[in-house]
Amino acid sequence: MQALVIVAHGSHLNPDSSAPTYDHADTVREVGAFDEVRTGFWKEEPSIREVLRTVEADEVYVVPLFISEGYFTEQVIPRELRLNGWDVADWDSDGLSASHVTLTATDVPEKTIHYCGPVGTHAAMTDVLVRRAETVTGDPNVGEGFGLAVVGHGTERNENSAKAIEYHADRIREMDRFDEVQALYMDEEPEVDDVTDYFDSEDVVVVPLFIADGFHTQEDIPEDMGLTDDYRTGYDVPAEVDGHRIWYAGAVGTEGLMADVVLERAADAGADIGDALEVVRERTRKTPQEAN
Amino acid sequence: MGHHLDALVDAAATGDGVSLDGLSVVHDDAGFRLETPDSTLSGLTEDGLREALEDADADDYATNWYFWTEVVGEASPQRRAFLRWVEGAPVDAGDDGDGESNSAPVPERYDALRDGVSREWGQLLVTVTVGDHGERSYELRHADEADADRDALDPYREPLAARQLATYDEKGRYRPLKSGNNLAGGWVFPDLDGRDLVETVETFYPASVPNWYRERRGELDVTHWEDAIGRQTGMYSVVKTWNRGDGHEHVDWVAEACCDDSQCVKRREWEYDDDTDLDVDGGDGAFPCREPCSVVIAASRKWTRLEGEETQTYEFELTPSEKQQVEDIIDAVADDRTDDIREADVYEGANRYRARFLRAKLFDDEGNLGGVPTDAPDGE
Repeated sequence: MQALVIVAHGSHLNPDSSAPTYDHADTVREVGAFDEVRTGFWKEEPSIREVLRTVEADEVYVVPLFISEGYFTEQVIPRELRLNGWDVADWDSDGLSASHVTLTATDVPEKTIHYCGPVGTHAAMTDVLVRRAETVTGDPNVGEGFGLAVVGHGTERNENSAKAIEYHADRIREMDRFDEVQALYMDEEPEVDDVTDYFDSEDVVVVPLFIADGFHTQEDIPEDMGLTDDYRTGYDVPAEVDGHRIWYAGAVGTEGLMADVVLERAADAGADIGDALEVVRERTRKTPQEAN
Repeated sequence: MGHHLDALVDAAATGDGVSLDGLSVVHDDAGFRLETPDSTLSGLTEDGLREALEDADADDYATNWYFWTEVVGEASPQRRAFLRWVEGAPVDAGDDGDGESNSAPVPERYDALRDGVSREWGQLLVTVTVGDHGERSYELRHADEADADRDALDPYREPLAARQLATYDEKGRYRPLKSGNNLAGGWVFPDLDGRDLVETVETFYPASVPNWYRERRGELDVTHWEDAIGRQTGMYSVVKTWNRGDGHEHVDWVAEACCDDSQCVKRREWEYDDDTDLDVDGGDGAFPCREPCSVVIAASRKWTRLEGEETQTYEFELTPSEKQQVEDIIDAVADDRTDDIREADVYEGANRYRARFLRAKLFDDEGNLGGVPTDAPDGE
């Protein structure tokens, strides 16, 4: 028996924080790749402290629904899961390359715990950013004539956060699909406030590399970019700003294809997921496929 | 009908035979030996055993064995334990029911189960009924709606539907704590099997069944306040500084504020530390709380900062009724009663017009009570 446990931050104030976690757990549950799919949270329940005891299976794949390697993936989650002998060096990561370690946990000593790197740094995440652009424009072939901005927090709290943004921006640029690709930040240059300065393309898709919608993605970024004066009144998609059409996508983590990255992480750690990846990629597509 | 007998006869003929809840069937050289608290028959042929088991009381034993052995099984000891607790069956070997009363013999238990046996779990009410062949059906609803007509409640069948039901309270406000004593009603899961019942219960109250099970086995890993705040890092590490080695009154206040039965349905088992109990009762919840939750930690971070302030003397005057009214307002907020106070009920101190009058009279333009600034002027 194998179980998937998705761990995420959650919120005491906002139900939208855990919504994507539940959505992706449901997607994975529906493809039947795991005997059990559970969720655990830092701020909600079950707590990360108690999530392993809710699992029956003896092989457990824990995937953090976080954007980057750092405080949560390296300290909080291993501590709360009570992973025996956890040492961040075992990930042997350059800040982007953590894949998985296999350990036991004192809470459930009979089980094997495969602790995976965060979803945000997986290569498959690049595809989710692109899929998000497809979803927000309603065009499965969006790219030509469009710029794409990937938005992150910046390095203020965690240098790996910016690494993940650059990594995916570079990979999308290499696809040669969008006319322009730019990494932007909330608290450092190049700033998302000046988004229109960084693009020649009239149409710009802006995708924040965030797990869930909340204060930053629903209030700060829309106001900073000038999509609206007051987030409470909402904004158009696309919205006209300085002669550009800004297609603001909201948090990439709400995109259905995120479930694919969760599965990839578990599969990299040795989970047997059969054809679940193919099934999830198709099921989570919201734009019409091109007729051949 | 009869497949439970086939399974029982097969099991009785092999190994140590069958033994559960007062039923014992073994096979030896003389044939089958069937034992219940009421009778013992030995030297039975297989047909004789089948005939004896078809007797009404013996059939209850047989279907009961089948349900617990073949339907529920041993795959999840905690699920099995919970389901047995729900219907008042002995939970652990050597246990006689729920520890509150002796467990009744199976035929008596079945009589009760045919009418439905109910248990409360937090704000949930589980009712189990037994069908003609020993199959159990579990109904789950809000405990406050025990007497509600089932048709008046919205029916759900999928355990995960509980996630949405648990997200908002009656007033549509987000519930940050699943075990908060503010679960909304209006719904019913009319017919769950055992597995789905536990899934549903665990969706309403995550980890409640495993923690309860560990507690029953004497294995609950309680983390007391001192250890729980000792392990905090980052923005929560500051809570450590709140303990100043001079008692635990501050943690009593935390527990009284957050962990009272009126606020959370878990039974608080954590104390100040291994040797020091809090002065506040842990409550009567069906399932335990094993450590300060994230809401308690987050609130304690705020209190750590607030309680770092020195007191000051402010001087302004209140009438006796105004002092009383300030107390009424604090009570109303603390007991979440503000919405229940009618707009024109000016006899309530926490009435909106009364509060507005008090503000109009006593606040200055900066919002200072009695016109006294909150912060002492510079230089003092």
